[in-house]
Amino acid sequence: MTKRQGAALDRKKLFADPVMVTTVVVLIAFLTLFIIYPLAILLVDSFISPDGGGFTLSVFKRIFDMWTFRTAIGNTLKVGFVVGIGSALIGLLFAYVEVYVKVRGKFMGGLFKVVSMLPVVSPPFVLSLSIIMLFGKSGIITRYLLHIYDNSVYGFWGIVIVQTMTFFPVCYLMLRGLLKNIDPSLEEAARDMGASRWKVFTSVTLPLMLPGLGNAFLVSFIESIADFANPMIIGGSYDTLATTIYLQITGAYDKIGAAAMAVVLLSITFVMFLVQKYYLERKTAATLTGKASRARMLITDKSVRAPLTVLCSAIAIFVILMYICVPFGALFNTWGYDFHLTFKWFERVFTRYHGLQAFTDSFVLSLIAAPITSLLSMIISYLVVKKNFKTKGFIEFASMLAMAVPGTVLGVGYIRGFANGVFRTGFMQGLYGTGAILVIVFIVRSLPTGTRSGISALRQIDKSIEESAYDLGAGSGKVFTTVTLPLIKDSFFSGLVTSFVRSITAISAIILLVTPEFLLITVQINEFAEKGSYGLACAFATILIVITYGSVLLMNTLIKHFGTSKKIKEVTD
Amino acid sequence: MEKVKKGVRLENISKIYQDPKTGKDFYAVHDVSLDIAPGSFVTLLGPSGCGKTTTLRMIAGFESPDAGEIYLGGEPINELTPNKRDTAMVFQSYALLPHYNVFDNVAYGLKLRHLPKEEIREKVMRILDLVELTGMEGRMTNQLSGGQQQRVALARALVVEPGVLLFDEPLSNLDAKLRVSMRAEIRRIQQEVGITAIYVTHDQSEAMALSDQIIIMNKGVVAQIGTPQEIYFHPVSEFVADFIGEANFLRGKVLALEGNTATLAIEGETAHVEATRPVSIGEEVTVVLRPESATLTEDRGLPCKVEVSCFMGSYQNYHVRVGETLVKLTEYNPKNKRIFAQGENCFVHFDANATHIL
Repeated sequence: MTKRQGAALDRKKLFADPVMVTTVVVLIAFLTLFIIYPLAILLVDSFISPDGGGFTLSVFKRIFDMWTFRTAIGNTLKVGFVVGIGSALIGLLFAYVEVYVKVRGKFMGGLFKVVSMLPVVSPPFVLSLSIIMLFGKSGIITRYLLHIYDNSVYGFWGIVIVQTMTFFPVCYLMLRGLLKNIDPSLEEAARDMGASRWKVFTSVTLPLMLPGLGNAFLVSFIESIADFANPMIIGGSYDTLATTIYLQITGAYDKIGAAAMAVVLLSITFVMFLVQKYYLERKTAATLTGKASRARMLITDKSVRAPLTVLCSAIAIFVILMYICVPFGALFNTWGYDFHLTFKWFERVFTRYHGLQAFTDSFVLSLIAAPITSLLSMIISYLVVKKNFKTKGFIEFASMLAMAVPGTVLGVGYIRGFANGVFRTGFMQGLYGTGAILVIVFIVRSLPTGTRSGISALRQIDKSIEESAYDLGAGSGKVFTTVTLPLIKDSFFSGLVTSFVRSITAISAIILLVTPEFLLITVQINEFAEKGSYGLACAFATILIVITYGSVLLMNTLIKHFGTSKKIKEVTD
Repeated sequence: MEKVKKGVRLENISKIYQDPKTGKDFYAVHDVSLDIAPGSFVTLLGPSGCGKTTTLRMIAGFESPDAGEIYLGGEPINELTPNKRDTAMVFQSYALLPHYNVFDNVAYGLKLRHLPKEEIREKVMRILDLVELTGMEGRMTNQLSGGQQQRVALARALVVEPGVLLFDEPLSNLDAKLRVSMRAEIRRIQQEVGITAIYVTHDQSEAMALSDQIIIMNKGVVAQIGTPQEIYFHPVSEFVADFIGEANFLRGKVLALEGNTATLAIEGETAHVEATRPVSIGEEVTVVLRPESATLTEDRGLPCKVEVSCFMGSYQNYHVRVGETLVKLTEYNPKNKRIFAQGENCFVHFDANATHIL
């Protein structure tokens, strides 16, 4: 029994389709060069000795001898662990209240919506700024309301609070989807057999959610240890791996050491990623397959409703307060001392600090990256879901891998990989230091999100719809443009905006690669926050939030008017 | 409508799949050879997992055979991609393009062939007339009923004038009544156009109603090929007899042969059956008896006891025990007949030429 003939024919059919072959080749080249290669070069840097070319562990020995590095590992894991648990729990609280508890009207609904929107539209490190302004030495709450004059928000707890507030909405959205899929009759059956509400929660709901919770924990864990900007701004002397690597390059000029540290950081996130993707995601899917058969009877019990509602509102209001304080930071004359409203920070941004150039640069580069990313992720999802060929596994893996790679690691990889050309041969040397490499980083960083949403959108579409077009005479290219793309327009548009927003708010990889030629908003915010010029940092951040919020609004309008109509969706569902 | 009818020939086609649970390879289709005449309506019939859909998808080009060659109109097509093959498929889920209206769905294949606009319009309207959807061309596909969607799918496949039309269980998403009227429609249109059609189904009555030839498949191999009558009256195996219609199997031993009539010992009694194949005295044989081919009598035939007697409207349904063997009988038009009750002792009678020896 041999499948040789079938396999050979499949291959021949594949090669008979030039569009398909070109696409696959170009994709593989792109992914190899810009995702696999930079990571591989880090391994080469850290394991191969530069003089002899032999295998060596001396670099690792050197960095592990550094006390700062060893501390940073401990710090990073500690923060990641606490943030992972905190985000997953708060996420669960919000998800549970939304799906299970009857909450009062519009106000709470609005709060939930805002909370789920905020992390999308704001640069990830804005909360660090606001926590300093609210609770720092001259923080409004600490100094003016509570009259505490020496409160320090820097360090472990600062990072934990800021990161938890930043990442829990993602967990909330993840868990909400899962909770909605639990069939209410399971819990009703337990209630019917005499279990109390608490017992139902601990014996039915929670066990069903466990893989999902683990998933949420790991996702925020990875996000936390990959995060660069928050620890940078609020960490103080509490260094994490990401910041240590950054300082190793910009402060100690030790690129080889940084490469080895990057390998350590990457190994941690990579293992987490594998567990998350190949174990937990599968388990989640296995335990929660069905759709809820009918609507759930919401909990109206006051003893449950009141405390949960209060807790959720408190957290939501706290988060919203933190975001609100950013524009005010830009409008007050001197934060903490002089609360007269003024436009001087905005003026200074544009007159003294090349604000216009910063916005143009950020805007243009992100605007170039967004459509490429979105199209690329749609193409990858199409290949992954609808096509069958040998290198498909590689394409899926490589594009998802970027999710596990912290920006800092990617940044170091690009420095080592492209500063002297590919493999230090001078090939493609011209790329380094240009806007093009920044665009490529934007693309690589947003690719996993886009691909994931593309894949789930495509899985909804009956395979035979594309087959019918193929059967009627359309080649792969034609099928993609006339059938697939029109059917996943929504996903394309949202991918467009998501990657734009992600790009314009990105910092961790970019900060290592950007040259003075380009002024990027995020880098400016980071710089001014470091210096303590909160007015300027807030002014930059405010404008950035306005831009991102504007583009999300634009996206919704686009989808409303040009997206797949509701009627079509009913058919494809 | 002028069309080139094409025949389809499969030569020793095999397809190997991997069992997702055990990881073992198995033959989804094993050494299947078929010769389908141009202009004929052929049905691939079999239980789920018998390889009928895989065979169809190999003809369409979605799957590649692991052994053998497929010919369309005499040309080998193994290496051609689906879009280069002169076939058009009607899918189980209709697979209409949801972002196009009826007209654009039907015109899709013609547009890919870069036909002039006028010609496209003319062809589309003519085919819509054929499937009785005139006036619906501006509708979106989700504004159509299931039957109408199926007509659009049929029109879309017909309009490109393929050498052969492929159907993958096209009626299984329709309700029972509609299914019956749609299959008459499909047969009418196929006859009118005179196109070669290969039709996959697991519904035997659909296969009977539609086909010139039925190909029964089981576990990846062809179990029997023949006209509906041949297959119903002269099944070659218990599987075929059982799959097409209902069948009782009576085990017997040949006692005597007289011309074309054999005398069998069945459950200790004797019965006469037609020797539908050469048999010898002393041979153990299995006799197929269709439930409607026998009647219950008070005095002649094989003695039996009624276990179930159930009124079904157009017929009376019996389960009777002949010796050890359970025999199912249907007595049509029961109104003026003697109805036997549960527990009664009576006789199963059948004519010698109503049976078939396997």
